[in-house]
Amino acid sequence: MVERELKKRTSSQRAEDEVVDTTVPASSEKSEKLKAELDDLLDEIDEVLEDNAEEFVRNYVQKGGQ
Amino acid sequence: MAVAKVCGIETEYGISVSGVRDANPITASSVLINAYINELHGIVGWDFVDETPGNDARGFARESFPQSEVESHLVNTVLTNGARYYVDHAHPEYSSPECISPREAVIYDRAGEEVLRASMNAALRSMPTRQEIVVYKNNSDRKGNSYGCHENYLLDRALSFGKLVKFITPFFVTRQVIVGAGKVGTESSLVPKGHVPFQISQRADFFEEEVGLETTLKRPIVNTRDEPHADASRYRRLHVILGDANMSEVSSYLKVGTTSIVLSMIEDGFMDDLDLSLNDPVGSLRSVSYDITLKHQLRLKSGKRMTALEIQHAIYERACQYRDSVGLLSLGADGDGGAVLELWGQVLDTLNRDPMLLADTLDWVAKYRLVSGYRERNALDWDDPRLAAIDLQYHDIRPAKSLFYRLGVKTIVGEEEVKAAVTQPPPNTRAYFRGKCLERFGDYIAAANWDSMIFDLGSDPLRRVPMMDPLKGTRDHVEKLFDESANPAQLLDSLGS
Repeated sequence: MVERELKKRTSSQRAEDEVVDTTVPASSEKSEKLKAELDDLLDEIDEVLEDNAEEFVRNYVQKGGQ
Repeated sequence: MAVAKVCGIETEYGISVSGVRDANPITASSVLINAYINELHGIVGWDFVDETPGNDARGFARESFPQSEVESHLVNTVLTNGARYYVDHAHPEYSSPECISPREAVIYDRAGEEVLRASMNAALRSMPTRQEIVVYKNNSDRKGNSYGCHENYLLDRALSFGKLVKFITPFFVTRQVIVGAGKVGTESSLVPKGHVPFQISQRADFFEEEVGLETTLKRPIVNTRDEPHADASRYRRLHVILGDANMSEVSSYLKVGTTSIVLSMIEDGFMDDLDLSLNDPVGSLRSVSYDITLKHQLRLKSGKRMTALEIQHAIYERACQYRDSVGLLSLGADGDGGAVLELWGQVLDTLNRDPMLLADTLDWVAKYRLVSGYRERNALDWDDPRLAAIDLQYHDIRPAKSLFYRLGVKTIVGEEEVKAAVTQPPPNTRAYFRGKCLERFGDYIAAANWDSMIFDLGSDPLRRVPMMDPLKGTRDHVEKLFDESANPAQLLDSLGS
C-alpha cells in the first residue's frame, strides 16, 4: 500500500494524549513483545478457563435476537 | 453540510445461569435488570418466598423467584445517564444514550458493561448459592442463534435512501477487517464443516439479504427501519444491524468513527463518483469474514477486483480529501474526526503489512492470537471444544473470568469517564434532559421515551414534553432551568409544556 503522507496529528490535545498510536516501530520488535505477552497468558489460561469446556460450550444456548 | 452524527450503540447481551439447567432466559434477564434497579433504590435482595435449597435442581426461577417479580418480563427502564435498559428477545439489552461523538459513544458503551456487571453482582447477592447469572458481550451461541449489537446514526432526511444503500454497502461489507470480533468456526449451513477454522466476524454467518426491514430473520446488510425517534421531516436514523459487539475500545471507536465519516461523506455527495458497488454483497460479506489473510479479492459491478483492504483504503483516501475540503465537524467539536481518520489510516497500513501486529489493538486479531496460540501449545484440532470455550470466554465481562481483560488490549477512554457515565448523561444531546429529569424528578416521570418525557404531577392530566430534536435539551440549553426549578411543576412551567 502507498506511503501515507497524512501523518500529521490533529490539533486536539486530547487526541495527542489518549488516542492510541498503532504505528509500529519495528515489526519484529513488536512481534516479540506480543509473543512474550501471549506466552504469559497461555501459562495461566487453564486456571481461568471453564472446568469442563465441552459441557460449557454445549450448555451455552441462546434464543435468537435481533 | 452533513448533519451532526449523533450516535449510539445498543447491545443485546448473551445470558446464561450457571448452576441451573434450562434456565428461562427471559426470567433471568428480568431478574438481572430488576436486581440492578432495586439496588439503585436501596431495596436489597429479593423476597424469596419458601426458598429451599432443594429447589435448585428443579430449575431456575419458576420456583425460586416470587411470581410478581418474574411476571415483569417487560422490564423496561430508563437510567439517569439517559440509556434504556430492558429485556428484548430473551436478552438483557442496554441502549446507550444519544452521543455527540464516536469517543462519547465508546464511553457510554463501556458504561453499559459496568451496568451489566453491577447487575450481575446485585443478582448474585440475592440468588441461591451456586447459582449465578452470567452475561456475555458477544453475538452468537455458536449453534446458529444470533443476537445483535446495533448502531444508530442521525442522518439528513434529504438524503435519498437508494443513494445511501449504494455507497454504504461496500463499506459495510469490508469494515469487518477492522471491527470484527472474531469467531472460532462457522455457523453457516452453506459451508462444509471444518472449512472455516476461524473467521473475522461474529455476525457474517447470519446475513442473507442486501436491503430489508427484518432484524431477526433473513437479516439484511442495510436495515430499512424508518423510525427516526425525531422530527421525521428533517431526520432519518440509520439503524445498523450487521456489526459485532466489541470488547476492544479501539474496535468500537473505529466502528462508530469510520461509519460516521462515511455517512457524512455520502450526505454531502462526496462519494458520488466513488462507485465500489459489489457484484454479490451478501456472498462477499462471508468471504471477507472467512479469510484472515485479507487477500481475498471481491468482484465489483464494474468488473474490477479489489480486496476488502483496498476498498477500505479507497474510502479512507476519499475521507482524507473530505477532511481537507469540508472538514469533520459532524463528528463533534472535540477533534474526533481527525483522530478517527488518523487511526483508520494507521490500522489499514498495519493490516496490510501483518494483521497479527494488531493483536493488542483489534478484537478479531487479539482473539485469533489467543486461540491459535493455545491450539499450537496444546496441539489441538480446530474443533476442540477448548477453543470454542476460549471464544465464548473472551466475551465474559466478569473480571475474574474474562479472557479479553487479561490480554491488555489498548484503550481509548479513561476508567473515571466510564464510571461517571454510568449515572451522568452526555451533555450535548437531548439525553441530558432525559437523564436529568430522571435524576431530579424521577418520581414524577410516568414514562420516558427517546423523543418525549411524560410527567405525572398527581392532579393535572399527564403532561408531555416532546424532544423531537436530538440536539436540543443539552446541558447548555437546560442546566439553568433545572437549577432554578425546585419541583417538576416549575420545570414544566419554565419549558412552557
